[in-house]
Amino acid sequence: MAMEGDAQAYQHFLVAVTPHLRVLARRRCAEFGASASEAEDVVQEVLLAVHLKRGTWDTARPIGPWLAAIVRNRLIDSLRRRGRRTNVPIEDVAATLAADEQTDEGDERLSAETLLARLKEPQRDIVRSISLEGAGVRETAQRLKMSEGAVRVTLHRALKTLAAFYRSDNHENR
Amino acid sequence: MKTDELIRLMAEDAPVRVRFGRQAFMALVAGTLAALALLLLSVGIRPNLGQALETARVLFKVAETLLFAILAARLVFLVGRPGASLKAAATMLLLPLVLLGAAIAAELFALPPDAWRRYLMGSHPVFCVVFVPLLALLPLAAFLIALKQAAPDDPGMAGAVAGLAASGIASAVYAWHCQDDSPLFLATWYGVATVVVTATGYMAGRRLLRW
Repeated sequence: MAMEGDAQAYQHFLVAVTPHLRVLARRRCAEFGASASEAEDVVQEVLLAVHLKRGTWDTARPIGPWLAAIVRNRLIDSLRRRGRRTNVPIEDVAATLAADEQTDEGDERLSAETLLARLKEPQRDIVRSISLEGAGVRETAQRLKMSEGAVRVTLHRALKTLAAFYRSDNHENR
Repeated sequence: MKTDELIRLMAEDAPVRVRFGRQAFMALVAGTLAALALLLLSVGIRPNLGQALETARVLFKVAETLLFAILAARLVFLVGRPGASLKAAATMLLLPLVLLGAAIAAELFALPPDAWRRYLMGSHPVFCVVFVPLLALLPLAAFLIALKQAAPDDPGMAGAVAGLAASGIASAVYAWHCQDDSPLFLATWYGVATVVVTATGYMAGRRLLRW
């Protein structure tokens, strides 16, 4: 399915899992006095970790414990970087992932906007084209006069760069 | 960027590029071959290996180090995966430990007490303690590179596991050269080398394997 590179199946998976991550992130952020907008940053950071590390999921095993461990790891790290010592019990993460609470969509991400601005060309163009304008890889390649392969590689690098931005300094200027 | 826009980006990047199982396997093969090549190109295999293998001590040394290497390398495949439990695989490491204990007991029983020290020191203890970590360097580097792509829950632990597996491989390779065959020597000097490499792996992991 999604692990074979089926973009649609993969998108379904990400869309399905995001509300759970959001509930979890908001609850944790509220507990540690962080704002709801920070919670959405945490959600995006966790999603990026899931994306970049999905090669470590052993497809012969259930995905639940893997996902719970990734979320727990990122959540702790992310909240700690925001200056709050914490510790998230894994049962808690697993329970919330299992429950199917729903909340409304997140709002515009200001800090993520500045992140985007910090990407170098052609990463920024490609990210804009696909995320904001909703173009596919092929369309983007035609528009930027690049090969599809180059667009794919650059997109992957851009996602890595975004994850690195989250891990480094983007929260000091709040 | 809104979260659903980020998801769209990630969906367009759907194909999985690095699968950790494959990476760890390639590190295992490359690291083992590198250690083997280093041994063959430097000190080589002991000349009388064929005969030596017929003695119980040599047979035990070769089998024991190989068993340890295999069981320790298995851990590497688990430690890079979030949420995977190491407990069962780590417990298996008790097997070579118990075997070693039994061999030491047998050796102490077979030897007169005034010979213990001579067998423990062997002929080249210093070379063993230096050369085994040297042989372990390349496998350790290979495992760390593979784990760098992975997502270990505990970076220090992951580095230590990489060090343990690398010293297992190095020991199994060095055993074909080493002419000190007593379990007393094995436990002491190979043991020191294993501790050194594992500690090195732990420190390297803490620095390098955070994600």
